Amino acid sequence: MSVLEKVRPERPATEARERRVTDEHGRRIRAGELAWRYLLLLAVLALTIGPFLWQLSTSLKGPTEDIYSSPPRFLPEHPTLHNYARVADTIPVWDYALNSLKVATANVVTNCVGSALAGYALARLRYRGRGAATLVFVLAMLVPVEGIIIAQFTTMRELGLNNTLIGVVLPGAVGALNVLLMRNAFRNLPYEIEEAAYVDGANVWQRFWRIGLPSVKGTLAVVAIFAFMGAWDDFLWPLIVLSDPSKFTLTIGLNYLHGTFANDERLVAAGTVIAVAPLIALFACLQRYFFRGVGEGAVKG
Amino acid sequence: MAAPLRIRRQLPLSPWLFAAPGLLITGAFVLYPFVSTLVNSFTDRRTLVPGRFVGLANFRELLHDDMFWTGLRNSFLYVLGVVPALVVLPLLLALLVHKNIPGITFFRSAFYTPVVASIVVVGLIWVWLLDERGLINALLEAIGIGRIGFLSDQWLLLLSAMAVTVWKGLGYYMIIYLAALANVPRELHEAAAVDGAGPVRRFLSVTVPAVRSTMVLVAALSSVAAFKVFSEVYLMAGPSGGPAGEDTTLVMLVQRTGTGLTGRVGYASALSVVVFVVTVALMLLVLRADRKEES
Repeated sequence: MSVLEKVRPERPATEARERRVTDEHGRRIRAGELAWRYLLLLAVLALTIGPFLWQLSTSLKGPTEDIYSSPPRFLPEHPTLHNYARVADTIPVWDYALNSLKVATANVVTNCVGSALAGYALARLRYRGRGAATLVFVLAMLVPVEGIIIAQFTTMRELGLNNTLIGVVLPGAVGALNVLLMRNAFRNLPYEIEEAAYVDGANVWQRFWRIGLPSVKGTLAVVAIFAFMGAWDDFLWPLIVLSDPSKFTLTIGLNYLHGTFANDERLVAAGTVIAVAPLIALFACLQRYFFRGVGEGAVKG
Repeated sequence: MAAPLRIRRQLPLSPWLFAAPGLLITGAFVLYPFVSTLVNSFTDRRTLVPGRFVGLANFRELLHDDMFWTGLRNSFLYVLGVVPALVVLPLLLALLVHKNIPGITFFRSAFYTPVVASIVVVGLIWVWLLDERGLINALLEAIGIGRIGFLSDQWLLLLSAMAVTVWKGLGYYMIIYLAALANVPRELHEAAAVDGAGPVRRFLSVTVPAVRSTMVLVAALSSVAAFKVFSEVYLMAGPSGGPAGEDTTLVMLVQRTGTGLTGRVGYASALSVVVFVVTVALMLLVLRADRKEES
């Protein structure tokens, strides 16, 4: 069950008829309390969303407009997309976006396939060494990435994959946490249906594909979304493994833009908006799974 | 658990085929690098030069490396600065969005947005906000306080980076707390209210004990994450770690020492071993503190 579902118990049916505001137990909230609650909510909203809006506003301000004025001017006087065209002239930002998209998509595919298969094997199949195989993933989950990043870099060099997008994807291609999440999802399914399918002559693959997998779609969606977000947002590993500017992902490209054109705030602002907009859109559409992933990931992590 | 599957006679090969991609990737890119980090820490290996065994030389060098102590200090300061804020503030935020008043799902999602954004985006947004001529200084000047060089002073820089880490983490831990709050029995609050306990009293004597195990979880997660801080400080202080490198964190030092064509892989591996040891120690410390309090 998702975190939000837990948090949001059924609303009382009377709510539609009575216009008063009630809490989760159907008790009325006083107007005074309601007022300060909304006041606080708006204050926090300004703190969390404000910085994004300021960045958006900066990116839309034209070259003649003073972006340093005090008191500050929150809205652009003459909104223009000029800065977005300029980012593309300065760095190949759309190539970087495409590289990020490739890396993120590959990460989604490998994680979904790899963790579903391995999770099914750990949860459902009886074989010698299953305990050892589970232990491998548990240990791997406990290893902090920051502590092995230099060895990952030398490993990539030995394989001749440094400075390639494949090298960016490989270390996280099948996340140990994802494997364990899928294992738990499969374990929570009732055995009876699969036994029936076995009696009917279904082989391992058919049981996995036709019975197991369709029942764990929710967890698979969580794995997919976090794989996408993780790859799209990642910074340290691509920074280490990519050195050729033509191979950069968006985050590395932005770091490069910031380092080289730090004084051009409008340009950097436009770049960050390009990098963050797709994820905010994704989040707006699939919030449920984002929140669910926090619950599942935190308990296991 | 459920009854064991009564399916015994299947090809013994298939489970291994299923697990193979995961085991292969995990073995080659997590466990092998882990072992090779340990091995390399006893060598003088460089990126292009295979190393020789040098015993404890790297660890002895650490003790006399000022930059190592700077990095260790900053990473520990980061834990001290960030963890209390990330244990308390998201809990207060969760209490604020806990009640189902109209529009609350919008606020919950909005508060989570910084979690979704890349740390690079977040870092650059705050570099611009905290700039000498940025929004926050413009506001400070407008109300007569005057401009503050957030990003030019060694300590203000580190504090600013901590604030950014907290800002980005608020929504994540808020969601964890929300799940815990949903399990706090309403009756406890009511009993306390009947006994005449005010909101603060009820928070301390009902809410906090009820979500205590979640607070320990958040402390453990956030302290490990804070100790390994890299991106925030790298983006805000620059690759060299601020004025005279004084804002360098331990992971920044690992990255700076071990990468590139002249990277000192052996020495960076020794630094990485310190990252492991401290990470594990922090986890154990938090969990032990929890158990002590319980008994």
